[in-house]
Amino acid sequence: MAEQVSNVTHKYLRPKKTFPNVWCPGCGIGIAMGALIRAIDTLELDRNEVSIVSGIGCSARIPVYLDFNTLHTTHGRAIAFATGVKLGNPRLHVIVISGDGDLLAIGGNHFIHTARRNIDITCILINNYIYGMTGGQYSPTTPFAKNASTAPFGMVEQSFDPSDLAISSGATYVARGTVYHASQLSRLISQAIQHKGFSFVEVIANCHTQYGRLNREGSAVKMIQWQKECAVPVSTAAKMSPEELEGKFVIGKLHEVFRPEYVSEYQKTIDRFSREEKSDQQLQES
Amino acid sequence: MADAEEVEIKKKKWKRRPDPVVIYKKWCKTCNICIEMCPKNVFDTDRDGYPVVSRGLDCTQCTICWMHCPEFAITSNEK
Amino acid sequence: MAEVETNQKKKRPFYKENVPLLMQGNEACALGALAAGCRFFAGYPITPSTEIAEMLSRLLPMFGGRFIQMEDEIASIAAVIGASIAGAKAMTSTSGPGYSLMQENLGYAYMTEVPCVIINVMRGGPSTGLPTKVAQGDVMQSKWGTHGDYFPIVLMPSSVKECFYYTVKAFNLSEKYRMPVTLLSDEVLGHMREIVNLPPPDELEIVTVSKPFEPPEWYKHFEVTPDYLSPMASFGEGYRFHLTGLTHDEYGFPTAKRNEIITKLEKLRLKTARHLDELTDVLVEMMDDAHIMVVAYGSTARAARQAIRIARKKRFKVGLIQPRIMWPFPDKIVREYLENVDLVIVPELNQGQVIREVKRLRQRHIRIIGLNRFDGELITPQQIVEKIKEERH
Repeated sequence: MAEQVSNVTHKYLRPKKTFPNVWCPGCGIGIAMGALIRAIDTLELDRNEVSIVSGIGCSARIPVYLDFNTLHTTHGRAIAFATGVKLGNPRLHVIVISGDGDLLAIGGNHFIHTARRNIDITCILINNYIYGMTGGQYSPTTPFAKNASTAPFGMVEQSFDPSDLAISSGATYVARGTVYHASQLSRLISQAIQHKGFSFVEVIANCHTQYGRLNREGSAVKMIQWQKECAVPVSTAAKMSPEELEGKFVIGKLHEVFRPEYVSEYQKTIDRFSREEKSDQQLQES
Repeated sequence: MADAEEVEIKKKKWKRRPDPVVIYKKWCKTCNICIEMCPKNVFDTDRDGYPVVSRGLDCTQCTICWMHCPEFAITSNEK
Repeated sequence: MAEVETNQKKKRPFYKENVPLLMQGNEACALGALAAGCRFFAGYPITPSTEIAEMLSRLLPMFGGRFIQMEDEIASIAAVIGASIAGAKAMTSTSGPGYSLMQENLGYAYMTEVPCVIINVMRGGPSTGLPTKVAQGDVMQSKWGTHGDYFPIVLMPSSVKECFYYTVKAFNLSEKYRMPVTLLSDEVLGHMREIVNLPPPDELEIVTVSKPFEPPEWYKHFEVTPDYLSPMASFGEGYRFHLTGLTHDEYGFPTAKRNEIITKLEKLRLKTARHLDELTDVLVEMMDDAHIMVVAYGSTARAARQAIRIARKKRFKVGLIQPRIMWPFPDKIVREYLENVDLVIVPELNQGQVIREVKRLRQRHIRIIGLNRFDGELITPQQIVEKIKEERH
């Protein structure tokens, strides 16, 4: 790497990995990855205590490039692996990076249950509305009537709103950002990492290679500009009627509540036993 | 013409001043996001489609280009 | 490479030591896991293995461990692998249908060389099958269950006491060889109560995966060492490595280079192939002068042991071979004894799985016959004796 090329993101890239990265030119995943790195940098986390877990898909290739404890797991199971990592070593900041097909289709069950459990994991969903890596099949978030390679006559299924799903499953911090609003995105991610409990950040990203091509939405630049047009900040959205919000999406911090967190609650049980010296006899009875 | 003179003076004064942003061509995939998103229109494309800094004096160090570079190929040269 | 250390003195004992205790096989498995240093359990309720989860949910927090009931078996094994990567000795328990669900992530654990223990309390199958009845139908699944080329270690105890010791052994082997180890128990063994005398945990030999001592920048997570056992760092220890289910190089990064693919996949095989002496655990009984050999395993071996005693009284020269490490199969020993016998009986609670392994080792013409029962009941000693008589007259 040329010595003059170094910004904050380069500190966290793996020296052994070869760049350029695997994604298509202009892919929003790279921007989201940059936002994640800047979020971790602003929080000044010890990089030995950050663990990044991902599943399968385009977005799941992020951990390979990042110089943290990284885990690239099986399809949809990233969040279940992350639960294990967190419980195996509660000091770690566990961040899950996942795509819409990975997290909401095959991993939907793990997602809602981890949200319900309110374990201290940050989940970043990179939502590009399609299965990019396998060639543009429709995903649970592909909007109605849009095209995909397995929906050549238009999508006939209804789609998920991932943030709504996270809120109703019990996630205690839910935010949505876009890759256009990159600095806001890194702010949201750093808030999510700081939040104690299950935090969820939905990142609207562009897949111009598959989704954009099949729906004639143009180049990467055009798709990113589209995010700018459709994004409505939370404060503005509060004043708008549902009709006005049709076809748009709200960005910013959507939901934040505080509920007992799983790991610390379990720790209380462990601490109770380490205080009490149970006799041999009592233990046998249990 | 006055503008051109001014530029000349500035060029003399900041003769050794490097480009405000550096593009690492090896990593660039010519997606043109930086070119389109730059509010000051600092970049031009070269013959191969790579962005080049042609109006470096306009740069305000707004960080938009390197924040939006999916390949981490742009970096700001100033603190 | 793995270092041997004794279990450090615990404040509380796990159980009354060196006194006769009446307990189930499942309970013995749970205690064995605790004694081996298991500090994480993730599971999903399934008959007939629930006792292990119930017992550990009560005991683990007392010893600083963590228990979690996940949303399904897929998530359970995922959490177990995750916890193991983060540095906790981890296990799960399940039965047939759950074991099928786990196969995907078991393959991941073989590929990424993560130690963990899976206890499969076998029940009748396929599918939901016979949840409360015994069977031994998962023997071949434990060998060939997940896709791809891998070489598992599978243990099969046959008594409550063995359930305890072999759970400890499963942990030791998994830590030493850095791979998942399956313990195949079955419904009868899991629910049967026997009197056992358990040793104090600090008298047991406990193996913990060896830690690297080189600086992080030199560390290779999948280093190919002369004995194919490489040290393993955990998350949070300063070695920032990458783990992936893709075929990877020694550092753990995905690769498509031919030589690196071969190195990786050969390592998976040679890990067990180079240590076959240690991975052979066969109980041989009365085989010195035997003309008839019974190959039995798991709870069937109990009946077989009784059967050869009865048959000996009736002057049949019968001996028993009981592989307690099922996979890798004890080829060498079985082949050796096949030289001297002319009849082999393989009683199994399925329609003939391990009999194929014995037939594979046949060098000359010997009758190898199966005694199969799959109606949810055990094979009785009498049945085996009858079979011997039938074949001899």
